[in-house]
Order: sequence, then structure tokens, then C-alpha cells
Amino acid sequence: MNLTTALARLLIFPGVLFAVPAAWFFLWVERKSVALMQGRIGPPFMQPFYDFVKLLGKNTPPRGGVGGLLMMAWPLIAVSAAAGAVGLLPVLPSSGGFQGDLILLLALLELPSMCIIAAGFSSRSIFGEIGSAREAVLSVSYNVVFLLAIVSIAASQHTFRLEALAQLPASPLQILGIVAILVCLPAKLHINPFSLPNAEQEIYSGPMTEYAGPELAMWELSHGLEWVAATGLVATLAAPHLTIWWMAALVFVALSFGVVLLLSVLAAATARLAIDTTVRFYWQCTLIFAVLAISSALFMRFRS
Amino acid sequence: MNLWNRLMCYSRRRSPWLFHMNGGSCNGCDIELIASLTPRYDAEQLGVRLEGSPRHADILCITGPITHNAVDAIKTVYGQVYGPKAVVAIGSCPATTNVFIDSRTLAGPLNKHIPVDVFVPGCPPRPDAIIRGVAIAAGILAERAAKKLPIEPVVLPLSGSDCGGNCACAAKTESAASEVQL
Repeated sequence: MNLTTALARLLIFPGVLFAVPAAWFFLWVERKSVALMQGRIGPPFMQPFYDFVKLLGKNTPPRGGVGGLLMMAWPLIAVSAAAGAVGLLPVLPSSGGFQGDLILLLALLELPSMCIIAAGFSSRSIFGEIGSAREAVLSVSYNVVFLLAIVSIAASQHTFRLEALAQLPASPLQILGIVAILVCLPAKLHINPFSLPNAEQEIYSGPMTEYAGPELAMWELSHGLEWVAATGLVATLAAPHLTIWWMAALVFVALSFGVVLLLSVLAAATARLAIDTTVRFYWQCTLIFAVLAISSALFMRFRS
Repeated sequence: MNLWNRLMCYSRRRSPWLFHMNGGSCNGCDIELIASLTPRYDAEQLGVRLEGSPRHADILCITGPITHNAVDAIKTVYGQVYGPKAVVAIGSCPATTNVFIDSRTLAGPLNKHIPVDVFVPGCPPRPDAIIRGVAIAAGILAERAAKKLPIEPVVLPLSGSDCGGNCACAAKTESAASEVQL
């Protein structure tokens, strides 16, 4: 992979030029499918785009000093990390060079959540601080399962290279890992059973309470990009290996769309859980499966 | 107006985010405001979203006859909503203080304290009247942000059984209902 293809990946497909419209599309799919399940018509197709443009045109609060600068920086870091994570996904087949690394992808996927925690605390709002504390507790809970699932996939295939992982044929262990990742996605994307950090009606908007205008637009965009990156990770792991580039792209988009629909249906069908129930769910119920997955992966590795 | 301004104007009209505030209301109008967001009326078709924080909102929806306790809070929250913004007074109370008129606990009506863009009268107003008021307010907000117009309040007409059964129109709808039953 030379410089031009690397830049094309980062900026065109699956990078920024694809990821930003896809982010708005996935946000719309989420809202529309919830509306349809409730027997409503729901928002028009361009709604997330209108929201974004409107927020760009609003006034921003005057904030001075380091605190103000930090509050402006967090959403920008979150957006660039999420866009980078999407750009790193090995959707198109290629050969040689830097082929994407699972550890880098995980770090980039984790960065928006870190930014949300930091943003809540630097806003100095009591609701923001509660939201950030909840996000931190949630992150500690689901990340154990999420990371164990990914490590078990990587250990069973003897590699941390994304491209190699995406190209290998599906094994029962990989399917188990994908299911474990799917269980963690609602918490990662803050949707309904685990929408604790930004729990409306409870703590206003959590870490986002003090944000307004273009900064809030960046948070909305980073949330959309997180959707694209997280569903895209599942799609690349689950997709069959294809050599024709347009078929690979099509399968990637279709699989991501399927995951988005699945998560939206879950969000529409469930109510928010309390923080202790959520923590118990991840530490007691799903951790067992993740430990089973990783121990069987290690066992298989030492046997072969 | 260039393309970006036109797009901005259109987006502002299509994406009104609300913040709901109670200024000493009996809760009747609050229930109707929530009802306008439920599946039956589905205000999300217009891009309406009820926001938790006034910082995110474009339109401030205020109910109630504005008690002395509520005045400072309303002024604070009005300041916390960043412009361009609009205010919708929901129900007859913020417009005229309604049946609580001349009460010594009141500091209303609302437009003595903050500029109001749309009055939606009724006790309580129907959810469709509230949605209409919000849509008009979104249009006013978009136009005012583009052309810097002064604030001129719009008063929606009282229609259907908005008046809570205190006048002739309620009798008319009742007789219509009895005709249907016969």
C-alpha cells in the first residue's frame, strides 16, 4: 500500500468522505427505526444533517482560560479519533505495507469515550460530573468483555493484524467473539438499555450539559462516527473474504446497516437499566462467556 | 442570500429543539406538551426534540402564570439558551395569567419579563396547536436570524375545544358529538 492508497483510504473510503454521510445516515436509521417501532412516522431523511448545520450556526458560550480551551478540544479529539478508526477498517482488499493494527483500532475506538469523561469533568457542571462518573464505570464494565472477546479472536488466529483477521475464514471461536462484541456495543454507543451517561430526564444531558453550538455539533458527529466504526468493526470481522473491491464495499455497508438495525430494535424495545444492574450484567453474566472464549482460544493455540 | 445562508435558514426551520420550563403551571399544559411528542402527534416529523439542557435548545417553551419564585429562574434559563432563539408561551396563563389574575403570588404575564414570540392560548391548548406554535416559532427564529428583524409576538387563534369547555365552541362540539351518536 503506497501513500496515495493510504490517503485515499483515510479521506475517501472508508474514511472521512464515506464516514461522515454514513454517520448521519446511521443516526437517521436509529431514530427512524425507533419511530417506526413506536408507530410514528419519525424524522425526515436529512434530519441529522439539518441538526448539524443548525448547531454550526448557533452562538457559542464565551469561555476563557485553559478550561475553555479544553472544552473546545475534547469534541475535536473525539471526532478525529472516531474518523481515524473508521479509516483504519480493512474494508478493501490490499497487499503489503501497513495493513491496520487491531490495537491501534481499539485505542482509537476507546478515545471518544475518554473524551466524554474528560469533557464532563472539565465542564464543571454537577450533571456533567455525574454523567462522566457513570461513563467511567460503564467503560470499566463493558471494556473487560469487549477486550477479552477481541483478544480471543486475535489469539485464535495468531495475529493482531486487522487485514489478516478479516481475511481468515470464520471459526466457531470467531463467531463467539463477534457475539461478545455485539453485547458490548449498546454500552459503547450509549443506546437504550445502557444509555446511562447521557440519561435524559435523569441528569439532563450528562457530560454534554454545558455544550452548545458547533461544539455540540462535533459531539453529535463523533457519536455518528462511533456508530460507523463500531458496526464496521463487526462487519469486517463477520464479512466473507472477497477480492473484488466493490463487492467487498457493498457487503461491508450491508452488514453495518444490519448491525445498526439490530441495535436500534434493541434500543426501542428496552428501557434504561440502573447503573448497578448494568455493572452486574457485564461483570457477572457476560464475563463468564468472555473468559470461556479466551481460555478456549489459548487452549487451542497451545495444542496446535 | 447565498447558498450557505439559505441552507442555514432551512436547517433552523427544520430542527427546532425545545426546552420545557414550568413557570408555576397547574401541569395541564405540561402534559399536553409531552403529549405532542408522543406517537399519536409525533412532533419529531418536524425535527422537534425535547432537550435536557437549555444550552442545546433553540425554542424555550414556558407554561404557567409566572409566579414570583419562577421569575429569576426563567430569566436565568432564557440567558442560558444561546441565540438564535425563540420563546413559545404555552397556554392562556403566560399570556394573561388566566384565572389567577390579580393574585398576589404572581409576577406574570410572561412578556413583562422576557420577549415572547408565539402565544398558544388555551386551557390547556391541544397538542396540535402546540406543534403549530413551535413550527411558527421555528420559522420566526430562522427568519429573524437571517434578517435581524425585531420581535413581534404572534398569537395563535383559539380553535376547537381549546378553551376547556368554558364557551360556546364547546357546546357546539358537544352537540356535534350527540348528532353522531344519534
